Amino acid sequence: MASAAQSRIKSISYAKYGYIFILPFFIVYCFFQLWPLIYTFILAFKGNQSGGDSWVGFQNFSDLLFSHPYNKSDLLSSNPETKAHARELMSIDVQHQDFVRCLKNTIVLWFGNFIPQIALSLSLAVWFTDAKLKIPATGFFKVIMYMPNIITAASIAVLFLQLCADTNYSAATLIGRSMGILKDGEFFNMTKNIPDVVWPPRIIVMFIQTWMWFGNTMIMLMSGIMGINPSLFEAASIDGASSGQTFVKITVPLLSPILVYTVITSMIGGLQMFDMPYLFTTSKEGQRIDNIETIAVYIYDKFHSGAIEPSYGYSGAASVVLFIITAVLGAIIFRLNRDEEEHRKKLQRKALIKQQKSKNKEFGGLSI
Amino acid sequence: MSKMKATYGDAQDNYTRSLKIKSGILFVWCIILTIVCLLPIYVLIINATRSHNEIISMTGVGTLFAPSSHLSENIKNLSTKTSEDFSMMIGYKNSLTITVCSTFLTVFFSAMTAYGIRVYDFKLKDAAYTAILLVMMVPVQVTSAGFVKFMINLHLTNSFIPLILPAVAAPSVVYFMVSYLKSSFSQSIVEAARIDGCSEFRIFLQIAIPMMKPAIAVQAIFAFIASWNNFYTPNMILIDPNKGGTTNLRTLPMMLGILQASQKTADYGMIYTCIALGIIPIIIVYILLSKFIIAGVALGGVKE
Repeated sequence: MASAAQSRIKSISYAKYGYIFILPFFIVYCFFQLWPLIYTFILAFKGNQSGGDSWVGFQNFSDLLFSHPYNKSDLLSSNPETKAHARELMSIDVQHQDFVRCLKNTIVLWFGNFIPQIALSLSLAVWFTDAKLKIPATGFFKVIMYMPNIITAASIAVLFLQLCADTNYSAATLIGRSMGILKDGEFFNMTKNIPDVVWPPRIIVMFIQTWMWFGNTMIMLMSGIMGINPSLFEAASIDGASSGQTFVKITVPLLSPILVYTVITSMIGGLQMFDMPYLFTTSKEGQRIDNIETIAVYIYDKFHSGAIEPSYGYSGAASVVLFIITAVLGAIIFRLNRDEEEHRKKLQRKALIKQQKSKNKEFGGLSI
Repeated sequence: MSKMKATYGDAQDNYTRSLKIKSGILFVWCIILTIVCLLPIYVLIINATRSHNEIISMTGVGTLFAPSSHLSENIKNLSTKTSEDFSMMIGYKNSLTITVCSTFLTVFFSAMTAYGIRVYDFKLKDAAYTAILLVMMVPVQVTSAGFVKFMINLHLTNSFIPLILPAVAAPSVVYFMVSYLKSSFSQSIVEAARIDGCSEFRIFLQIAIPMMKPAIAVQAIFAFIASWNNFYTPNMILIDPNKGGTTNLRTLPMMLGILQASQKTADYGMIYTCIALGIIPIIIVYILLSKFIIAGVALGGVKE
């Protein structure tokens, strides 16, 4: 009897509770994230504006990714057919140029904020963790340097717009004039959409992004450096290695997985840059500054119903391109983060099970 | 740090003069960076104490740093000069509603999912965990076009539901909590509770959740900050935030956007005060909880 009761207790399966516990997550995920993702992919193959319901195949992708050359003289042609055709090509070509411009802006802005950011945070992380240097108050510095990261990006955008505005009383003008860079009546055109002024608005956005993120990157790198076996640094110091040699020969190689992780998460974050470029508008009509408009702003502007006619097709196609870039970057992280040891064991286990199964078959499915 | 200290703690002899100089130079450099970090916030707070006329008549750099005395006047203006679109108090209320609800949903359901994956053995367990890891990296922007169209089809735009309910599924928080459970939750506790006749949900609510408190606290802080600062999702879901003129659904960051759009006519003192009031609560929370936040970042608890 006892053994029967025991086996009954053992046979109670708790598996159903596992499913119950994870069910809410997956229901909500599928409803609010997975289906919208699939729906975005569907939209990418559908038409724009009034033709929103018809399938157009890869039309949106080819519109965005390839240029559509047309003769400017055709626009003034007397033949209505030629004229209409040229107009159509022109409107498609505008889409292509916008998309490429936004993609280029995103990449430029990312590089411009990432290089100073990684230089600053890596050097600070190395100095803060260097036991010989003993920089005082590192805890205080960490807290202050991380602080910009928690402040609402929208507030920061509005604040910097105020500080850098082209008025007689903005902080940038006051400082520029006191340093003699600006004469009376001159301004930095940092927040204006002027085609010739390429870099000033970009530099502001890069500065803000660096300012917001270097503390975060620094803390992540610090935790990485502290994970390195301290006896390695000790050995290097006993052998008389200079701090430069220690950095190149020990810190960087051992930190490389975390460095790659930081680079890629920052890239994915950079692809999503939205608040800053979106709020840096020049007027009430919401005209974007061309040289800082990013791919996220492009996607938003295309589907936002405040737009004259929402173009879900282009928005979807741009999203798919963004998704593919992110997926490639994510795959790299996934591969790096995989525990090599565990992976090998898993493969071995699978091979064993396979072997077992084929053996069982030999004996007519009876397990012996 | 403590590990390094133990190794190097008494190595005073190595601390030579050149090292001292280097350390001093780096200290000065860190102070410069600290000033760069704080300067915009300082100027913001100083300008919040000025009146409009004081701001537009500034001429020298010196005046940039001296506080004035119009703060209470600006706050009064902010609370009285409201319009159909702009109201600081309503912005606070909306932001707080969304943030509190979504933070609660995020931490509770993430803890539940992590517990389910960690404690129970079931067929799809590995598949579920791999799926969570895979979707961790998908950026919001990629799904947003479909999300908005779907919500329009369901007539859910201009409501808080699409801003709050999706918080139930937060893959990166689940990932963090699974790693936490792996390191500090033992299966034998669950078995002991079962023998004592405790039901599965009670084990989770009364034993697992209290044991997961540190992880929940860290993730709650990050979820709160992320939701409070979120501008993208509310801006795209709340298509007609006035709902035909009856209410105002705008969140605090959206109010700032309104203020920014109307800056040509507005009172500058008011703009600065509004920004300051928007970020000061979060700075106070940050300073109080900075220890946990820094530790959380070091654990890779936030997604960039």
